[in-house]
Amino acid sequence: MLSTKNLNKSFGSLVVAHDIALELPRGERHALIGPNGAGKTTLMNLMTGMLRPDAGRIFLDGEEITADAPHERVRKGLARTFQINTLFPQLSALESVTLAVLERDGNARNWWRGLPRFGAAIDEAQGILDSLKIPSTKETRELPYGQQRLLEIALALATRPKVLLLDEPAAGVPKDESAALFDAIGGLSRDLTILFIEHDMDVVFRFASRIIVMVGGRILVAGPPAEIARDERVREVYLGKSRLAA
Amino acid sequence: MANASEHFRQKTRWHWLETVFWLCTLLPFLVTPNYLSLASQIAITALFALSLDLILGYAGIVSLGHAAFFGVGAYTAGLLAKHYWSEPLAGLLLGGVAAGLVGYATSHIVVRFRHLALIMLTMGLGLLLHEAANSASDLTGGADGLQGINTGELFGFRFDMFGRTAYAYSLAVLFICFLISRRIIHSPFGLALRGIRENATRMPAIGAPSRAHLRKAYTIAAVIAGIAGALLTNTTSTVSLETLSFGRSADVLVILILGGTGRLYGGIIGAIIYMVARDQFSGLNPQYWYFWIGLLLVAVVMFLPNGVLGGLNALYQKSK
Repeated sequence: MLSTKNLNKSFGSLVVAHDIALELPRGERHALIGPNGAGKTTLMNLMTGMLRPDAGRIFLDGEEITADAPHERVRKGLARTFQINTLFPQLSALESVTLAVLERDGNARNWWRGLPRFGAAIDEAQGILDSLKIPSTKETRELPYGQQRLLEIALALATRPKVLLLDEPAAGVPKDESAALFDAIGGLSRDLTILFIEHDMDVVFRFASRIIVMVGGRILVAGPPAEIARDERVREVYLGKSRLAA
Repeated sequence: MANASEHFRQKTRWHWLETVFWLCTLLPFLVTPNYLSLASQIAITALFALSLDLILGYAGIVSLGHAAFFGVGAYTAGLLAKHYWSEPLAGLLLGGVAAGLVGYATSHIVVRFRHLALIMLTMGLGLLLHEAANSASDLTGGADGLQGINTGELFGFRFDMFGRTAYAYSLAVLFICFLISRRIIHSPFGLALRGIRENATRMPAIGAPSRAHLRKAYTIAAVIAGIAGALLTNTTSTVSLETLSFGRSADVLVILILGGTGRLYGGIIGAIIYMVARDQFSGLNPQYWYFWIGLLLVAVVMFLPNGVLGGLNALYQKSK
């Protein structure tokens, strides 16, 4: 569904992505793991176009998107969430998600018809919020932190993605609440291809159907969870013995 | 799910206080008939501030060169009236169109920048236009201003020396532009602008073409600023270089911040406070009235960070 070919990116002499070649099959839930500074968020930024690669190509559903602007990639079906809440503090949750629906359908250019007349978009947004149990009429900044994390996902879902990239969806959420958050993610449509960054290995092994391990800007290994659990190199990285895990 | 749409309907509903406010704008005809010229100036300034609110209050574009569009509208209306056609409405429309064209052309540069660079850029563009008008004195009259403008009748009404026609005309144009602006901010496009103001990073991540939105908003604001400038020409039959000046750009920013940004009425309230204060304080001591404006600005920013209107709104919410 989403694939990259030999993606490279350096900041000065620091190589943050080295020949990244990935293939994310449709409907799989991929966990992207690796130590801090391995280049996981950088890879998401490259995929979504927030960073330009020095070399390499990116394909979404067979179509090359390497040259597309971030918002064009979203319109083609590649959505993301952010590790640090990147929301609209003074818009209500309903306004925020409605905006995403309106943008998806090209209706946000309409500057003459009143918002209440876009009932279909509003109802769809309300439906997404209901499915994630987010109160809709409060201003975003007044929502508890855990619900703001869910709103991150709701905004991405409103774009009707084919591929959803989740950058540490439970970042900052206490462990007992993060289970509920991942239950919500687990309940998403099985057609949706998901790539999520997560540090909690219990969560990774419970929700991922495939695991990708990154170290030092390279893909160390990718495969089904059982295979990754047995892999000597991965053990080394996570036990801190590896030279690579600087 | 009727409730969901109701959330939006509530936010866009016309409040009874708004009716009261607009009825009050008619009071100068009865209460202060000797001050109708001032009232007309206030309405024009309010319209100018309203146009700035669309880009600053809703889209988050801070501009220190907004007078460029005011001036283009003023000169366009002046040149049209002087050389070709003295009917005022034509000047009003053409002023808006000309300013809109300049706005659209410059918007391609402006939307690429944010923060300090954006402020410097808009200021630079404003200064460029000011100096261009200054040196093109054959066309604009340079520092002497554009003289000999002949403004015709408006629907059979002459612009009288008491400013009765001027105020009625300015108020009507302000009201119509206000209704249009109100409609725009309550549209999906208006919501998108607020999205850009609230979080410019998130917008592309929900598939929004932010720059296209901003170009459109900037152009609309330029059109309204141009209409305000043309209105000044229509009602005073002169155009001075001051319409393009940095001072005017700075004043309108002060006015909007005094009144409160992002609430449409902020610019209007700000214009009333600022213009009346200037009228009164400059009567006391014409040289030092900026001292009082400075004091007022410091006080408002310190104690009412959302402007006078933000403060009133907080009081109103408390009393409910």
